[in-house]
Amino acid sequence: MTIILALAIGGLFGFVLHRVGAGNPQNLINMLRLQDLHLAKVILFAIGSSSLVLFVLLATGLINESHISIKAAYSGVIFGGLIFGIGFAIAGYCPGTCLVGFGGGRKDALFFVLGGLVGAIIFTLSYSWINSTFPSLFEGIAGGKTTIADTGIEKFGGMMDSIPALAVAAVIAVVFMLGAWKLPKSINI
Amino acid sequence: MEIRWNWLKSGVVLATVFLIAVILVKPIGVSTQFVIFDGMVWNLFSEDVVSEDPSSKSGYASNNEYLNKSGGKYAKNIENPINYGFLFVFAMIGGGLISSKLQKSKISVDDKESPKVFRESGHSKRYVVTFIGGALVLFGARLAGGCTSGHMMSGMMQTSLSGYLFAFGTFAAAIPVAIFFYRNSSKGVA
Repeated sequence: MTIILALAIGGLFGFVLHRVGAGNPQNLINMLRLQDLHLAKVILFAIGSSSLVLFVLLATGLINESHISIKAAYSGVIFGGLIFGIGFAIAGYCPGTCLVGFGGGRKDALFFVLGGLVGAIIFTLSYSWINSTFPSLFEGIAGGKTTIADTGIEKFGGMMDSIPALAVAAVIAVVFMLGAWKLPKSINI
Repeated sequence: MEIRWNWLKSGVVLATVFLIAVILVKPIGVSTQFVIFDGMVWNLFSEDVVSEDPSSKSGYASNNEYLNKSGGKYAKNIENPINYGFLFVFAMIGGGLISSKLQKSKISVDDKESPKVFRESGHSKRYVVTFIGGALVLFGARLAGGCTSGHMMSGMMQTSLSGYLFAFGTFAAAIPVAIFFYRNSSKGVA
């Protein structure tokens, strides 16, 4: 069953990423250059609407809480994001979209995948050194595994646990969906 | 040109996929699997990368500190390739392939090697640039503990603080670098 779900959801995700245009580095590079904000609108709307539905499911108990998985916040997340952003900008691929681009017949995507495998092994081999030299990089921020809207799950912290989670999530969702709607197609700079 | 759904349809369908994943299994994530793949290759050439260890939480351990993290979770997946996360990323390649085969308009030979914005930029050696880009992206993703899928989409869907921090870091670097690196390319929506 796990295998069927992996193939079905992974295949669907790949198909959808391809159809939204995320497998095409032209679309990603021009989003980052603020020349074609199609994908920014897509991502904003997807985050906002999925977040709202997820918190409705959490509030009504219709989702298995063990499926919720919150990643830790630490300063390395920001530094990692900065390094990620440089590579993302020059190549126009990210770890998921390069697979979709490659499946769609793009040869440059294969070189991104190969580079990615090298980057991942460099990190794997240097982790021990990074961790011992810069231990503060991995120290949790605001408790680490923390969300803005409280999930109600004990092992994860909530930054706004005095306000009903659904209200917080709804405000965030509206901001993201309005942002998606109002964002222009391009910004001239 | 490839088919591109309009932004609203794209956003709704993408949201649905992320919800299906978290309802049925767990939030979508991709970048960990690059480490797992590397670990499998490494494991072919080395006897002691991954070993069985009844005292660890997963039942496996590694002599590499990173692969041994979280109770040997990565080590376990390296030893057992038929697992959800690993098959998921291979299925994504298949999804991209099926989508491209089911549409009439095909991408051009030039686009297969390099997008138009890159060809106009005055840069050459697209494959070298994407290789370096891939190395930076996966190193950064592993330092951050996730990528666009795990941190930005799945993370921000759950309103994780880490997802917001990752998005901030990524765009703070990516927007100025893209504007500068592609400054000689044509502007406006293609």
